Amino acid sequence: MEEIAKKRLKFKVFRFNAERDYLPHYDEFELEVSQDEVVLDILNKIKWEHDGSLSYRRSCRHGICGSCAIKVNNKPVLSCKERVFDLVEIFGEELVLEPQDKKRAYKDFVINKSNFWEKYNSVKPYLIAQVDEHPKSENIVSPEEAEKIEDADYCIQCGNCFYACPVVEANEEYIGPAAFVKAYRFTADVRDEDKKERLEIVDKIGPGVWDCVKCFECAEACPKELSPITKITHLHNQIFEEGVAKSNVAVRHAVGFKHSIKKHGILDEGELVRYSEGNFGVLKHLPEAIAMFKKGKIVPPWKMPKSKNLDEVKKLIKSSSTTKF
Amino acid sequence: MSKLRYALYTGCTARESTPELLKSTLAVAEALDIELVLLDEATCCGASHLQDFDDFLSLVLNARNICYAEKLNLPMVTICNTCQLNTSLTKERLDHDEKLKEKVNEKLREVGLEYKGTSEVKHFLYALVDDLGVEEIAKKVKKPLKGLNWAAFYGCHNIRPSELQNKSNGGENPYNPTSIDRLIEALGGNSVDYEHKNKCCGFHVELQAPKTANRLSASALTDAIDNNADAVVTPCPLCHLRFDVQQHNISKEAGREVHIPIFHLPQMIGLALGIEPEKLGINHNVTEPDFIS
Repeated sequence: MEEIAKKRLKFKVFRFNAERDYLPHYDEFELEVSQDEVVLDILNKIKWEHDGSLSYRRSCRHGICGSCAIKVNNKPVLSCKERVFDLVEIFGEELVLEPQDKKRAYKDFVINKSNFWEKYNSVKPYLIAQVDEHPKSENIVSPEEAEKIEDADYCIQCGNCFYACPVVEANEEYIGPAAFVKAYRFTADVRDEDKKERLEIVDKIGPGVWDCVKCFECAEACPKELSPITKITHLHNQIFEEGVAKSNVAVRHAVGFKHSIKKHGILDEGELVRYSEGNFGVLKHLPEAIAMFKKGKIVPPWKMPKSKNLDEVKKLIKSSSTTKF
Repeated sequence: MSKLRYALYTGCTARESTPELLKSTLAVAEALDIELVLLDEATCCGASHLQDFDDFLSLVLNARNICYAEKLNLPMVTICNTCQLNTSLTKERLDHDEKLKEKVNEKLREVGLEYKGTSEVKHFLYALVDDLGVEEIAKKVKKPLKGLNWAAFYGCHNIRPSELQNKSNGGENPYNPTSIDRLIEALGGNSVDYEHKNKCCGFHVELQAPKTANRLSASALTDAIDNNADAVVTPCPLCHLRFDVQQHNISKEAGREVHIPIFHLPQMIGLALGIEPEKLGINHNVTEPDFIS
């Protein structure tokens, strides 16, 4: 029989008890780990064999309840799904186990997830439709219509994307990737009757999709490989398609790219900022503009470079545009 | 090894707000005997913003850009992470969806073009470390970056989403990228280990959410400074613009003085290869480095 590979590894484990501690500390454990063990096996081993006071959430052990999400060396993982040997390959033989958000820890890995649920509830995570209780015929959704939802209904609410999102950390209002996925799950559902209202919620600057920094941390963090940012882009598209978009700096910025490409092929950076901010708003960028001008970083309008074969670009923009603003 | 040849997609900033990026890229390519053919026909990639407005139009425009590299029978290199993302994402979607490819080609044929999918798309960084090799570059170092601590800032759109990026970035892990750090060491410098090297600079919300953008930048730059970095180096001109031009605003958000020179990747390589600072466009950098004579 083939021998099972084993490694002796060092684990630094986050410890904190909100009832007792002022600051967290880390306990170190050296454990023998075999190739098929997952992070949850390590947490169990520590709790059952070394320190019974270690607290963490876990339930299904099948990657579907979403309760055992933590971070290992800053990588969001589902403990029951992540093989320890795979982590060793990325980070080496010392692994740091921490809760999803250290600032929100109650006890060890158990965090206060209320901010996640608050945002989740803000997008009305349920179908809104007048249901005929005595239908005369079936209410059929075609496969093509169902496919529009993509995989958005596979979210297990583990919170990995939410606590990996840098905007959630920087902007308390921000709804965040998980709830956007849920919003899209219903805006893409042909049965839902609240599409516009839903889009109004996610269109707001501050909480809405316009504050996404496009870092793809959510896509990387999702254990179900849902790519939340793809749904965020779909929401952006729907905001335009449904005529919900308001003329604000973020919307004009997105639209401004088309105008600029039509005119020059490549961007007219200065004009894009002016178009987005407006003639008055653009003035607040004056200090940066002066600094850039001094360093030869601003091309004057009469020297604006243009793409070759610009007539092709103009033609394509005319024939291939699918949305208006 | 036969001479490396690529079609260079410069993107917009290298032609406007970061002229130093184009200068230093061309200078480094020449010094390393790499041939770059400029794609002057290419348009803006949409920077992930046109994609929010009109997804199909952005696909058509990006496919058109790739067509011009295909016409030259050359792989395409990008020098901006966001160009890399949008170009490779377009390629990925068209190469795996015949129907979509046909829809796009229907439009492209109107202007006498056809997207085939024959040109690879990779960032110049990975052309250097994977195609040429760090050892080859090390052989040509004339002025080692001795005694200098460089903090590599990778930029999101070269490392995430890894499923897409791994096809052209040598399997770089998004949670522990190493290519730039390996390059720094090969050039004789010290690479700085800090938590934020793979994080976001906030560039894409600079206009609508400057506070968020400045907070993200502040976290990254203060982390680099606190780990004794003398300079930050990035392969992305958008990260560069954010860090280089906005340091006064980043300082305000950080609540402390954030002062550190920011380099484009080819500027750093060029210095080690002994190329004159002027040819690398160092004079265009807003944050002036004090260690270049």
